[in-house]
Order: sequence, then C-alpha cells, then structure tokens
Amino acid sequence: MSDIQRVPWWRDRRVVPWLVQGAVGLAILVVIALLLGNLVRNLTAAGLLLTWRWLGQPASFDVAESLIPFDASMPYWRVLVVGLVNSLRAIVVGLVGATVLGTAVGMAAFSGNGLLRRLARVYVEVIRNIPLLLQLLFWYFVVFLALPNSTAAFQWPGVVLSKSGLYLAWFAEGFQWQGPTLVNDVWRAPLRLSVEFSALITGLITYTGAFVAEVVRGGIASVPRGQWEAATSLGLHWSATMRTVVLPQALRVIVPGLNSQYISLAKNSALAVAVGYADLYSVSETTLNQTGRALEVFLLLLGAYLLIDLVISVLMNGVNQLVQIRER
Amino acid sequence: MTSSSPPLLPPRPAPPSARRSWRGALRQELFATPLDGVISVLLLAALLAAGVGFWHWAFRQAQWAVIQANTTLFAVGRYPLPQQWRLWLLVALAAVTTGASWGLLRSHPRADRSGTLWPFNDLVAIAVLAFLAAWLPAALKLPVPLQLRWWAITALLLVLRGVAGQWGGLVPRRLLRFLPLFWPALYLFGMVLIAGGLGVPRVPPSEWGGLLLTLLMASFAILLSFPIGIVVALGRRSSLPLLRWSSVLYIEFIRGAPLITLLFLGQNILGYMLPGGWAPDRVWRAAWVLTFFCGAYLAEAVRAGLAAVPVGQLEAARSLGLSMPQALRHVVLPQALQIALPATVGQFISLLQDTTLLSLIGLLELLGTARTVMANPEFLGKNAEVYLTLAVLFWCCCAALGLGSRALELRLNPSHSPT
Repeated sequence: MSDIQRVPWWRDRRVVPWLVQGAVGLAILVVIALLLGNLVRNLTAAGLLLTWRWLGQPASFDVAESLIPFDASMPYWRVLVVGLVNSLRAIVVGLVGATVLGTAVGMAAFSGNGLLRRLARVYVEVIRNIPLLLQLLFWYFVVFLALPNSTAAFQWPGVVLSKSGLYLAWFAEGFQWQGPTLVNDVWRAPLRLSVEFSALITGLITYTGAFVAEVVRGGIASVPRGQWEAATSLGLHWSATMRTVVLPQALRVIVPGLNSQYISLAKNSALAVAVGYADLYSVSETTLNQTGRALEVFLLLLGAYLLIDLVISVLMNGVNQLVQIRER
Repeated sequence: MTSSSPPLLPPRPAPPSARRSWRGALRQELFATPLDGVISVLLLAALLAAGVGFWHWAFRQAQWAVIQANTTLFAVGRYPLPQQWRLWLLVALAAVTTGASWGLLRSHPRADRSGTLWPFNDLVAIAVLAFLAAWLPAALKLPVPLQLRWWAITALLLVLRGVAGQWGGLVPRRLLRFLPLFWPALYLFGMVLIAGGLGVPRVPPSEWGGLLLTLLMASFAILLSFPIGIVVALGRRSSLPLLRWSSVLYIEFIRGAPLITLLFLGQNILGYMLPGGWAPDRVWRAAWVLTFFCGAYLAEAVRAGLAAVPVGQLEAARSLGLSMPQALRHVVLPQALQIALPATVGQFISLLQDTTLLSLIGLLELLGTARTVMANPEFLGKNAEVYLTLAVLFWCCCAALGLGSRALELRLNPSHSPT
C-alpha cells in the first residue's frame, strides 16, 4: 500500500490557493509598479511631483457665492474649503428635498385616486430615463434664466423669484422675521439663493426624488397586504394606516435603499460645474487650470467625496439600527 | 389607542357587483371620496393647463429650425462628408441583420413553447417602425435623397423580416445557432468602417461626434465592462483573501468617486501613468474610464445575483466532479446572471445617460454637439427646443432598453407561460 497515488503538487489543495494568489498578486504589483513608476518619472520631468506648498499661494480667482468670507487674495486651500462648503450646502438641501418629494410620490403610488397613482408613475418613468446633466441644463438655461427681471418678478407671500435669484423670508438681524423688499429695483431679503444654486437643487431634488420614490414604493409594497386590511378593519383611515402601520414597517426596507440614493446624490452634486455653481469640483477644476497640479487636486477631490460618502453611510447605518425590528 | 374604543364603521351597503361600466370605473378611480374628487379636479385642471401651454409653445412659438438645420451634426458630428457613405453602409447592414434575426426568431418558435410569442407586439413594432420612417425624415426636413435613403433602409428591414418570417423555417436549426454570432461580427466590422483601416482611410476619433459618438462610447463600455464585472464579482466572493481584497478595493474606489472626477483622472493624469506614446487618444481614454466605471457597478449587480444562488448548487456541481471553473461556467453563473439581469440592464441604462458627462470634458457627443450648436449666434437662445429633443431621444432609448429587459426577463423565466 505504499504507492498511494500522490497528488501532484500543482493540484494540491493546500498549494493551489497560494499559487493563484501569488500570480494575481504579482500581476497587480507589476501593473501598479509600472503605473506609479511612470507617474513619478513623468511628473518629475514636468516638475510637478507631489507637493502641497501651492495650497498656501493666493488663489487669485473669485467665486460667485460663498458661505464663508472669501476674496481672490486668499490662498488655494481656502477656495477649496469654500467649494466644499458650497457642495455640502447643495447636498444637504438636496437630501432633505429629495426625501420629502420621493416619500410623497412613493406614497402617491398607493393612493386610492387613480389619476394621482398614474401621475406618480409617469413622473418616475419620465425622470429616470433622462440624463441628470440634461435635466440640470434644462432647469438652468430654460427655466431659471428665462425668469422675468426684478421689477416683473413672481411674488408670493415671503417668496420672490426672478432672474437674479430666489428671495426668501427668513430671520434678519435680531431674530426678526423679514420678507423680501424691493429697494431701487433690486430685491433684498435675509435669504437669497442664486439662480445657479436654485437650478442645481431643483434638478437634484426632482431627479433623486424619482429614485427615492421607487425605494419608498418598494418598501411599502413589501409590507404584507394583511397589514393594510387589518388596519382598515380596525377603522383606521388611509393616512392613519400609512402613518402608524405601514410606513414604520416599510422603513426597514426603505432605509438601506435610501443610503445608496443619498450617496449617489452627493456624487451627482459634482455636476454643479455644468450650471456654473461654485461647488468643490468646479473650484478644483479652476485650481487645476491655474496651477497644473492634477494629481494633488485629484487626490483632494477623491478624499473629499469618499469622506462625504462615509459620513452619509455612517449616519444612515445609525438610522437603520433605529428602525430595525427589536426582537427579544 | 386612547381609552375610548375605536368607532365602529357603519355597515356599508354591499358593493355594486360587476361595476364594469366605464362610468363606474371612472367614479371608483377619480371620485371615490370627496377629497379624491377635489384632488382629481385640481390635477385635471393643472394637466389641462400644462397641455395647452405646451401645445401653444411647441406649435406656435418654438422654432424647430435649429434641429432641422443641424441633423447631420447631431447624428455624426464632424465626421468628414466624403466618408459618410461608410456610416450609411453600416446602418444598412444593421437593418439587414435586424430584419433577418427578427424574422428568423419569428419563424423558429422555441421548442419549449407552443406557437409564436407576442404576435400583437410584433405588429406594433412594425407599425412604429413604418411610422417613424415615414414621419421622421419629413419632420426633420431632410434633403429628398436622404429621405429616400431612410425609406429604402426601413423597407429593406421590413422586407427581410417578412421574407425570413415566411420562409425562415426552411433554415435548419443547426445553422440558426450561428445567428447570434452575426451581431459581434457586425460590431467589429462597424468599428472598422467608422475608424478606418483595412484599406479604408482612417477617420481619427476627434472627428466622431453626435449620436454616433454617444452610441459608440456606450456600446464599447457596455460590452467590455461585462467581463470585468463578472470577474470582479467572482473575486469579491472568492475565499482567497488577496483576490477578495483587491476586488473590494477596486469596487469601493470607483463607487466612492463621482464619475466626473474619474473622467478628470483619465484626461489629466492617465497620460502621466503610461509610458510615452502609449496613452490613447482623449476619446478612447474617456471610453476606458467609462468601461472601468461601469465594471465596478456591474460587479455589485452580479455579486447580488451570485449571492442569490443557493450554495447547494455549487456543492452539487463540485461533487459531480466538475472543476471550479466548470461549475461556475455551467451551473452557477447562468443562474446568477439571470437573477442579475434587471440590475444589469439598469446599469446599462444609467451608463447610456452618463455618456452625457463626456460633454463636460470637451468631447462632442450628443450633448456636447448640442452645446456647440447653441453657441452658434444663429441659434442663440434655442435651448428649450434642443434640450427637449435630446430628452425625447434619450428617453426613447432608455425606455426601449427597459422594455427589452422586462421582455427578456419574462422569456428567460421558465415558470412563465407563453402568451
């Protein structure tokens, strides 16, 4: 019995995994070494090797709107922070708006009203099949730039909409509620949103709203029919059924889906560059054109968006734990 | 619940049985309760106002000359005029292949299904094609020779479909298996026709544009990202840590960054990473970025499909003596890909939409061409007309992909009975 056929070493189950991993690892290493080697060599030749000193030099370009004080004599890092803050502003407003719109439309898909139900369907199908960039350009060039001048602006209580921006009532100094006022044919208001910002968030909200609506619809559809029937037979109305019985159970399915929609909204906000809103990507592009520091700018962009994604994921995971069923 | 017991609903009259009349249906759908009635009336009024407003704009105010005067630009960009016969040839070949495939599929109903599939949809498709061919060239005010060409191409497609549908049964099933090979062959031949080579003069990628460039970019990325997605998905589910971690790293890197920053990487940094002279043209660089971008998202779709296949399938295949690659190829992947089909097509649809981002890095695909047209002083301020046209075009392409995906899903589903 001495000559039990020995498995050749290249078919030994203890060896094969290491062979495969070794080969793949080697291939990856070679490719990375090749790419990085070239990168270092070419960047050295161009005098652009990784350095962060340029961040302290004056930016010498202005941005149209900023939440923190900024002028062209301030350094590059400051302009990047301005862009980041502008991005965050668009993302936060977009998230809230898309959630509200999407939830409303998603719930409308279960309305007893046939017209409302079909309109919700049409909205989702129209929006999802048209590129976001096209929608953003449409909102900016066709809708917002075609608004009337200040003197002929659309006026509602507390809201004024004209070619120069969206003016909203808000708390002025000393916590006084103050609406927009016309001074010398120019509107003044405690809160002014530029047309670029308005077009961006309108586009982001309507686009992401359609995807959120699908997530919400899927979540509600996952609640067993018996829950509806039980709630109705207890005498609850449609809205009470939705609010107290269906939505709490649907949230378990909805929240993980929302997470990915929120992250894609955050990434889509980089399309602000198309409508001239000074977001992080837009100011980064200008920075690149002025300094030629492609690699550093790219690394900063990548880091910033990864961080934003991470924050959204962590927050949504927290929310997810809140809405999960607590079993004994 | 508060202490008072919930009010009992008054006993309802028995629902009127078989209320099938349209008035009954209308009342049920729109005016079931007073609130529903108010909502319905308001919505109807808003819809009516929007419809009338749009009608007025589209037929009174809008000036469609901006589209009619630039059809060539929108279709192929600055592709040199003397070489455009190649594109016509390609379209004609595509029409021939489509017509033949369509007819042959008709005349060879699947063995496991009795009769033909969707005869009604077949008629609808023919009617839509005929209508488009008759109406579009005229509506776009194409020169008469071009209109004639479109008519001839459509006629070719429909005639071939008719011929193959009528007499295709004479073609033996053995030969029919080679039918799917026509499409990749046509694609490769089309690439040669478009780019040149093999005896025809070269047309550099910088001269491609419009719809041609959009479709090329999307199809290239879709075709090549598919194998990438499968390999990376398998890697991510592998038990070998190195494969798993490198796949995870790739997927998370791509999915963490906005596409526009990756295109930025492709345009500004990729050139530094490759040895001198290796870096492809700007157009191809963007195409590769799109491919790797789509590959990461596809990997997630395929991974979900793989996760849905029970482990027992792989174990059973292995215990039958199949090697790992054989088990994956014949047992696991066919099931996983079928489950992943809707997500995959969804990804392709979003890739088609993402090609518009190429206009932001200066490529003249459909949206880039549109923006150059609108920068022309002659057509200044015609944003609404152009954007609306593009939106309709994209909507039709994406909706058609979605419909096709749903039809394929039904067809692949073994438990679905034929209709």
